[in-house]
Amino acid sequence: MNDVERTAVTTATWPAVGAEPAPALQVEALVKSFPGGRRVIDGLDLTVAAGEAVALIGANGTGKSTLLRMAVRLVEPDSGAIRLFGEDVCAARGRTLSRLRSRVGFVFQKHNLVTRLSALSNVVHGVQARRSGPRTWHQAWARRVDREEAMACLEAVGLADRAMQTVGSLSGGQSQRVAIARMLMQRPELVLADEPDASLDPRAGEEIMGLLARLARDKGLGLVFVSHHMEHAVGFSDRVVGLAGGRVALDRPAAGTDPALLEAFFDGPQATERVVPLRRVAMGAAS
Amino acid sequence: MTPSTLRTGLPARFERPPVSRAVLLVAAMAFLAWAFAGSGLDAGKLARGIPAVGSILDRMIPPSLERLDSILLSLLVTFQMAVAGCVLGLVLSLPLAVLAADGLSPHPLVRVAARGLIALFRTVPDLVWALLFVIAVGLGPAAGVLAIMVDTIGFAARFFAEAMEETDKGPREALTALGARRLGLIASAVVPDAMPAFVATSLFCLEKATRASVVLGLVGAGGIGVELKVAFDLFDYDTASTIILVVFALVVLVEQAGAFLRRRLI
Ligand SMILES: Nc1ncnc2c1ncn2[C@@H]1O[C@H](COP(=O)(O)OP(=O)(O)OP(=O)(O)O)[C@@H](O)[C@H]1O
Ligand SMILES: [Mg+2]
Repeated sequence: MNDVERTAVTTATWPAVGAEPAPALQVEALVKSFPGGRRVIDGLDLTVAAGEAVALIGANGTGKSTLLRMAVRLVEPDSGAIRLFGEDVCAARGRTLSRLRSRVGFVFQKHNLVTRLSALSNVVHGVQARRSGPRTWHQAWARRVDREEAMACLEAVGLADRAMQTVGSLSGGQSQRVAIARMLMQRPELVLADEPDASLDPRAGEEIMGLLARLARDKGLGLVFVSHHMEHAVGFSDRVVGLAGGRVALDRPAAGTDPALLEAFFDGPQATERVVPLRRVAMGAAS
Repeated sequence: MTPSTLRTGLPARFERPPVSRAVLLVAAMAFLAWAFAGSGLDAGKLARGIPAVGSILDRMIPPSLERLDSILLSLLVTFQMAVAGCVLGLVLSLPLAVLAADGLSPHPLVRVAARGLIALFRTVPDLVWALLFVIAVGLGPAAGVLAIMVDTIGFAARFFAEAMEETDKGPREALTALGARRLGLIASAVVPDAMPAFVATSLFCLEKATRASVVLGLVGAGGIGVELKVAFDLFDYDTASTIILVVFALVVLVEQAGAFLRRRLI
């Protein structure tokens, strides 16, 4: 499988023309509790259509990160079903799991880059989604095509001039751009971003969110991002989903939603129902 | 609040030692007395020994330069032995450390086995390894190289494993999330992150190997230790002092070079 490269990001593995593409992410009756803790996720259902941009909001500790991490099995769910592109994530192991993971780009709040290596090396690492071996470990001995693609990814995030700088010497905003470039290098079909705008100043945070949303839209990728900025949640998504009590407690189109109104969601479920009409998620519903 | 209003009362400054502690103290004294009794050290021996050391020192000065070239030659062999054994050990340490590191090891049983092997290499002293390898491969530097290799693994693999366990989990997780295989994850995220610790440990190992290589000759595993033993056996104390001085110079040189490289590389 290693040498079989997916050529086009958007068309790969999609069913034949005419058929409805499988939802990018499909979660059913998901349950997760940590040892000694309450149920963080408690019977959650959520469907994200291919190419859809969904903002995930919710108070601290409502399990947003846990949900995203379970989607690629960085955390094991207790029960329930998770499907990526129609394939069962929970049943996958070994190479099947690696291959499923490789189709999902994950952007972390803390960037999770190798700080002692250059930006370019970090982006080159993204190629490990398709291929393994020593030539994917460092830019210095990477294949020419990979170096070229990595530079193109850095150009896409506006950091081509910093390619050889070590990530540890970059600013927070720049280093999150490198993380996005690595994610692009991966050629994903779905992007999961856990507070990509956190720990950045308001300006840089908005730029990063804008960049991520634009890249996802241009390449037709699905996007699920967590944000505590309601303007970002509304401004960069098609749909806003709010978690409370381990379930989806709010689900509405972003268009026409007032960010100030969403703030009320954090005052508790009662307040939410008063201010924002609830809508249950229909399976496979795209916005 | 004035002290008089304290309702709980002041605690005593010192707690009265419980009986168990007194018993423990007596037991510790008895243990020490027992250890000294076994060592055969007594005032008479000390009184006779100190002047004897003085007379040996007297016969060591001035150092004899008669056999300096052959001494330097075997010092060179000693250092070659140290470098070769150390590098072999370091190279083998890395994969063993990966198997022994929590979170990188493919299986808990593999991890336990790797840890056990490293502990065995570490706990058996280098001189004992040298004796074993002298029997296995015969007298000479080859036995010394193997002994230093095993000794280095016992030390370096443990520190390499710890250094890798302490690396940032974030990049590892990011690579896992993008579907990277274990080897890729170790080579591209863990090793670069642990590199400063690897360099520091490796330089320290070289210093340690240099010191060790000197004494290995005493059991026939090659190098300058052989010369030292012969010199002492022949009561050739002025040659022995030359050997001790050049060994001292080599160890100091290696330690200084190590400190310099550490500053430059990390
Ligand atoms: N590895 C873990 N072990 C134990 N408990 C955990 C673990 N990970 C998360 N939790 C708990 O699960 C709950 C949900 O955590 P999670 O990080 O998913 O929340 P979140 O919605 O992302 O919060 P935030 O907005 O602060 O990022 C928290 O109560 C947290 O303490
Ligand atoms: Mg979180």
